[in-house]
Amino acid sequence: MNVLGVIIRPMAKCGIDDNGECVTSSPLLPEAAELIYGGLASLIIFFALYKFGWPQMKKALDARTARIQKDLDDADAAESAASTEVAQIRRALGDIEAERARILADADAQAAAVLTDGRARLETEVTDLQAKAASDIAAARGRSTDELRGEIARLSSAAVDHVVRGSLDDSTHQELIEGFIARVGAGS
Amino acid sequence: MSDARIDGYARALFEVAAAEGTIDEVEDELFRFARSFESSDALRTALTDEQIPVAKRQAIIEDLLGGKATTTTTQLVSMVVGSGRGRDLPAIIDQLVARASSAKHLEVAEVRTAVALTDEQQSRLAAALTNATGKPLNLKVVVDPSVLGGIVATVGDTVIDGSVRTRIDQLKSRL
Repeated sequence: MNVLGVIIRPMAKCGIDDNGECVTSSPLLPEAAELIYGGLASLIIFFALYKFGWPQMKKALDARTARIQKDLDDADAAESAASTEVAQIRRALGDIEAERARILADADAQAAAVLTDGRARLETEVTDLQAKAASDIAAARGRSTDELRGEIARLSSAAVDHVVRGSLDDSTHQELIEGFIARVGAGS
Repeated sequence: MSDARIDGYARALFEVAAAEGTIDEVEDELFRFARSFESSDALRTALTDEQIPVAKRQAIIEDLLGGKATTTTTQLVSMVVGSGRGRDLPAIIDQLVARASSAKHLEVAEVRTAVALTDEQQSRLAAALTNATGKPLNLKVVVDPSVLGGIVATVGDTVIDGSVRTRIDQLKSRL
């Protein structure tokens, strides 16, 4: 026995129970009449749904589609903006790199200039210090020489005083006096 | 002190000495006393210090000149110091000497030597200086040990320096 026969067969035959009602023996299909009424009711419902529910559903779907499309557009716009921003950031990064290189170059130039100036100033100071040291040495030498000369002069003066006083006896005094009188007399 | 007052004192001293008839001697003694006064700080201080009583200052003069100078000289110096003009004593005496020399038509020649000159040396020196300056001179000799040796003669503004002191000073300058 095939399956269709099993299903259909109970539709053809209807058993009568103790109450006189038809009792089908199919576990899957209702009775034929029920099937017909049910089918008609279903058609009416489907029609009503098509007539009144579908436009609402379609409208909701269109709105959803539009919303999704809008979201997609927004996403595209955001992606585009992000791309632009990325480009800007990359460009900014490039500018920063160039600025960094410029600053480093400037710093190197300034450091070189400072080094050159410092070296020149140092050489000048060394030259000045050498000149000042030479001048100080010469001055100290001069001072020492002057002090030595002064000391020699002082000692010589004291020695001259001492020697002269010691050598001035009476005869020398008389010689000096007579010499003076003779010179003054001769000068006249 | 003003020149007029110094001149007044000098004229008074001169007149007193002239009246006494000892002008030459007094003039010479006063001149030597003035030079001693100038060269001695102690003497100058003693005779010009106002804190010392006049009588004591005059006693100092008596001690210094008594028996060594004429009475007239001692009294004249004592009179000047007693009148409180001790500080001007050299100027007064120099003025007196100039006046006395002028009265004799002589110019004062101040001669400083380390040792005393004999009368004969003074005469020859006066003759030599008179010949050198062309003026008759009143020679005033001052013994000044600081000269060391030789003679320094001053006639007016003219100085004839033959002293050892000056030669030593010149030598020191060169040294």
